[in-house]
Amino acid sequence: MGKLDGYKKDQLLAMLRDMLIIRRFEEKAAQAYGLKKIGGFCHLYNGQEGVVVGAVAALDMKKDYLLTAYRDHGHAIATGMDPKVIMAELFGKEAGCSRGKGGSMHMFDVEKHMLGGNGIVGGQIPVATGVAFMQMYKKTGGVTLCFFGDGAIHQGAFHESANLASIWNLPVIYIVENNHFGMGTAVKRVSAVEDFDVKAKGYNMTGTTVNGMDVIEVHKAIKKVADTARKDGRPALLDIKTYRYKGHSMSDPAKYRTKEELEEFKQQDPILMLKKDLLDAEMITEKKFEELDKEAKAIAKQAEEFAEESPEPPLESRFEDIYA
Amino acid sequence: MPELAMRDALRQAMDEEMSRDDSVFVLGEEVGEYNGAYKVTRGLLDKYGQPRVMDTPIAELGFTGLAVGAALVGLRPVVEWMTYNFSLLALDQVVNNAAKMRHMSGGQLKCPIVFRGPNGPAEFLSSQHSQALQSLYAHIPGLKVVAPSNPYDAKGLLKSSIRDDNPVMFLESEMTYGLTGEVPDEEYLVPIGEASVVRKGSDVTLISYSKPMLMLNKAAEELAEQGIEAEVIDLRTIRPLDEATIYESVKKTNRAVVVDESWPFASVGSHVCWLISRNCFDYLDAPVEYVCCEDVPMPYNHNMELAVQPSVEKIVQAAKGVSYAD
Repeated sequence: MGKLDGYKKDQLLAMLRDMLIIRRFEEKAAQAYGLKKIGGFCHLYNGQEGVVVGAVAALDMKKDYLLTAYRDHGHAIATGMDPKVIMAELFGKEAGCSRGKGGSMHMFDVEKHMLGGNGIVGGQIPVATGVAFMQMYKKTGGVTLCFFGDGAIHQGAFHESANLASIWNLPVIYIVENNHFGMGTAVKRVSAVEDFDVKAKGYNMTGTTVNGMDVIEVHKAIKKVADTARKDGRPALLDIKTYRYKGHSMSDPAKYRTKEELEEFKQQDPILMLKKDLLDAEMITEKKFEELDKEAKAIAKQAEEFAEESPEPPLESRFEDIYA
Repeated sequence: MPELAMRDALRQAMDEEMSRDDSVFVLGEEVGEYNGAYKVTRGLLDKYGQPRVMDTPIAELGFTGLAVGAALVGLRPVVEWMTYNFSLLALDQVVNNAAKMRHMSGGQLKCPIVFRGPNGPAEFLSSQHSQALQSLYAHIPGLKVVAPSNPYDAKGLLKSSIRDDNPVMFLESEMTYGLTGEVPDEEYLVPIGEASVVRKGSDVTLISYSKPMLMLNKAAEELAEQGIEAEVIDLRTIRPLDEATIYESVKKTNRAVVVDESWPFASVGSHVCWLISRNCFDYLDAPVEYVCCEDVPMPYNHNMELAVQPSVEKIVQAAKGVSYAD
C-alpha cells in the first residue's frame, strides 16, 4: 500500500497549506519581534508544523478539543483561528483573541475548541484531562488532544493526569512534542528514558513513537488512537519526535546544539517531505507549490498589517475579563 | 426552624444543587464510598452515583486541574480538599489556571468551580495540618473567597457559590462541622459579598469571619457586662469584601478590632485594618487593633497552640484597649 493511499488530494493540499501558513506566520512574527512590535516570551514553531497539522487533520473540531503549552501559534492556526487575530494578540492589540491580555503564550478560541495556550510547563495537562472528563460525563463522543513538550512529561501534573484518565476512561490523547530539548537541556540529560512511549505502560494505556517530521505519519497515528478513544474512552500517549529550528524562545541563540544536527533535521523538513510525497504521487506541481507558498506569505503579511493597524486596547479594559 | 449541624447544612446545599443541575458534580479524596473524611458528602454517592460523585486518587494537583478543565467546558465541579493544607499541592492549578483562564482568554472562558474543605487551626495537629491559608487565596484576583461561620450561612453561601460562574474558595472549619444552628426547610440563598451585622452596638466594632465568630460573640457578651456595647460583623465573604458594611459601623462606633486566624504579615485581617485606617481615618478615636495568630507555625502542645491563636480574652482586651477602658 502506498503512503498516500486513502488520502484525497484536497486533504493533503490543505495540510501542506496549513504548514506553509504556520511557517510563514512564524517568520513574520520573528521579524516583528526584532522590530519590537512583539515583546516578552515568544516561542516559535518552525520545524514542528507536521505535528499539529497532522493531528488536527485527524480530528472533528466540532466535538473535539485541543489544549497546548506556550509554543502555541501553530496550534491556533491549525484549529482554524484567523492569523490576523493571532498576530494582533502578539502585538497586544484589542483585536487580539485575548484582547491583548494574553500575548504569545495564550491563544484561545472557544468556538473553535482551542482552549490555549498555557505558560506553565505541564499546567494544561490536568485541564485537558478535565475537558475529556466532560466528554465522558456528557457522552459527547469527542476526544481531547493534549500537547506538551518533552520537558513537561517529568511534571507530576502529567503523571497524576495520566492515572486519572486511565482509571476513569477519559478520551484524552497525550502528545509529547518531543523536540529533544527542554529549553536548553537535552532530553537525555534529564530523562531516565529517551523514548517516552514506555511511560504509557505504567498507566495501562497505549504508547506509540511517531516521526513528527512526517505529517502523514502523524495523521495516521492520531487517527488510530482518536478512533479508540472515541469508541472505548481509552486515553493514549504518543511520543512524537520533532525538532524546532529556532531557539527555545526569541532570546535563545541555541548554542547547546550543533549546526550539523539542525541541518540533519532540516533535511527532513515536514513541508518538504510532504511536497516530495505529493510530487512523487503527481498530486502537485512545483508551480502549484509556489502558489501555495506565495499565498501563505500573503496571509502572514496581511496578519502583520492588520495587527499593526489595530488600535491599542483602552486602558480601562484592564479591569475587564477577570470575573464573569 | 429545624436545627442542623454545619456538615449537614453543607451536604444539603450540595444535594439540592446536584438535584437542581446535572452539571454539578463532586470529586475529591474519600468523598464517595467513605462518605467524606468529615462526613460532609455522606450519602451523595448512593443517591447520585458516578460520575456525579468521584473518589479520586491522592493527587491534588491532578484532580484539581481536571476539575478546572471540566469547568471551562460547562460542568460545575465541587472539589473537596480533605483539608486546605493539601490545597498547596494544587496551588498552580488554582492560581495559574482557575483564576486566570477568563483573563488570559480575553473573557471567552468562565470557570464555575467551588473548592471547599476545612481551613484554619484545629487541635493537636502541629504546623502542617493546622494553618489558615485564606490570605494566600484572597490575594489573587480572579478568585472569590467565602468563609461562613454558622450552618445557615454555610448552606446559603455554598448554594450561591455553586451557582456562581467564578472560582470560589469555600473555607470551612474542622472544629465547627458539628456546630448546630437553625436552617429553614424552604430553599434560600445567601449572596456572596454581603457581610452581616450579627450584633448591634455603639461603642466598638468587632470584625471577623469563620470560626472566630464564636469568640467574637462571647467577647461581645463579656464586654456588655463591663458596659461596652460591641457591634459584631461577620464578613462571611472575604473577596469581594463588603467594605460598606464595615465603614458604616466604624463611622458609628469610632473604634475597631479585627480578628483573624491568619498570621499577621500581609493577611486578610491586616488588609481590613488598613482599609479602615484609610477610609475611616477622620472617624477613628483609636488606632485599629488586630488580633490574629501569632507569627509562628502551630505547635502540637495544646497550651502552646491555644496561646498562639486569638481568644475571647485577647479580643476583650483589644476592645477595651481601643476604648481606653483599661
